[in-house]
Amino acid sequence: MPIVDIAGLRKSYGPNEVLKGIDLQVSPGEVIAIIGKSGSGKSTLLRCINGLEEFQSGSLRVDGKPLLHNNAAAMRELRQHVGMVFQSFNLFPHLTVGKNIMLAPGLVKKKDSAANEAHARQLLDRVGLSEKFDAFGEQLSGGQQQRVAIARALAMEPAVLLCDEITSALDPELVGEVLRVVESLANEGMTLLMVTHEMSFARKVANRVVFMHQGLVHEIGTPAEIFGSPKTPELQQFLGSLQDTVH
Amino acid sequence: MVDFSLWDIVRNLLLAARWTVGLSLIAFVGGSVVGLLLLVLRLSKLPGMDTLVGAYVQLFQGVPLLVQLFLAYYGLGLFGINTSPWVAAGLGLTLYASAFLAEIWRGCVASIPLGQWEASQSLALSFYEQLRYIILPQALKIAVPPTVGFLVQVIKGTALASVIGFMELTKVGKTIANATFSPFLIFSCVAIMYFVLCYPVSLYAKRLERKIHAHR
Repeated sequence: MPIVDIAGLRKSYGPNEVLKGIDLQVSPGEVIAIIGKSGSGKSTLLRCINGLEEFQSGSLRVDGKPLLHNNAAAMRELRQHVGMVFQSFNLFPHLTVGKNIMLAPGLVKKKDSAANEAHARQLLDRVGLSEKFDAFGEQLSGGQQQRVAIARALAMEPAVLLCDEITSALDPELVGEVLRVVESLANEGMTLLMVTHEMSFARKVANRVVFMHQGLVHEIGTPAEIFGSPKTPELQQFLGSLQDTVH
Repeated sequence: MVDFSLWDIVRNLLLAARWTVGLSLIAFVGGSVVGLLLLVLRLSKLPGMDTLVGAYVQLFQGVPLLVQLFLAYYGLGLFGINTSPWVAAGLGLTLYASAFLAEIWRGCVASIPLGQWEASQSLALSFYEQLRYIILPQALKIAVPPTVGFLVQVIKGTALASVIGFMELTKVGKTIANATFSPFLIFSCVAIMYFVLCYPVSLYAKRLERKIHAHR
């Protein structure tokens, strides 16, 4: 049974249809990289999966839970199964790193504070920031902030982790430390859907690559298929345009 | 003509200033409670609430406070409620302050990046939890200087309650002026007292603002 099951998903902003019928099934433990030009709908698709964006038709299930926009209890239930990491980190600046991580498990899952803190420290250790428990976000580098954001998402023990261009706002020298954390998650069997511009990373870590074009899944396959023998002219052109920029 | 020494004047004005302070506090505390309620209603995305609260704010911002106080005083009487100037002035100023504070605070909440809402939503926090733990603590920090600044407007606004017979600083000043025939002296004293009340508050608001900007 797929852990993420998207069928016939359509989404428009007013008259502008950005997702034109998406079908995608993701198996547990799979790592999916979503690539495509800006405006192809890849971020919107990701944001639909945890209900940050409402869609007009189609269905979406995560871990068997249907996404129902008008049902606050169902959304709260679903969001406990889906973690999200953003391009701009979005740490809570008024809380320490530790409290950033412990807030949602304490409030939503009613985790008792000792267990919550132990888990938070363990997660910080996992992302290599065990000494930053009492620091504030502004005292950290971008790469460190993003690793805290990953730990914060993991604290809810999600079944699926969504990563929305999580290295795009980082200085080049900080990209590696974040990608290494994501890679370790992938190796440990976390289900990942990531919108990314890091093609070499997608090639190395992803099980399947989704190429989106004009609001549709245009081509889908293993990294070898997508990068090695792209079938459609749109994907060939997209990959070619990337090679032009990489010197 | 009644013979008033300067000390008599100052003493009477000081006694009256208590009511100015009292009325300001009532308006400020009442306005904060109602204003916060309006803010939460407006943010709740309940259908029609944004329009309704927006209309409330526009109404109170678009009608002079003096006229609002007349309406509160004579309007309550119309409904058979026996109004004292205390009740009418307290009510009028509370509604006035609530509209302004709701609008000031809405601006502060709007200045919190959308990513904070999205991140907390993604962590399955409810609307109430988002407000309580993420949005309002951050908005509060920004809101303190303009809110304290608005307190100055409220203190000065209480002078208008004199027209519905509320015995605060201005009304007592006028009464003494009528008795002593030295209005310039009396109102100079009144002015000094308002200034002594308002200036420290202004100064405090400025200091808070500097403190916040220094932390950025």
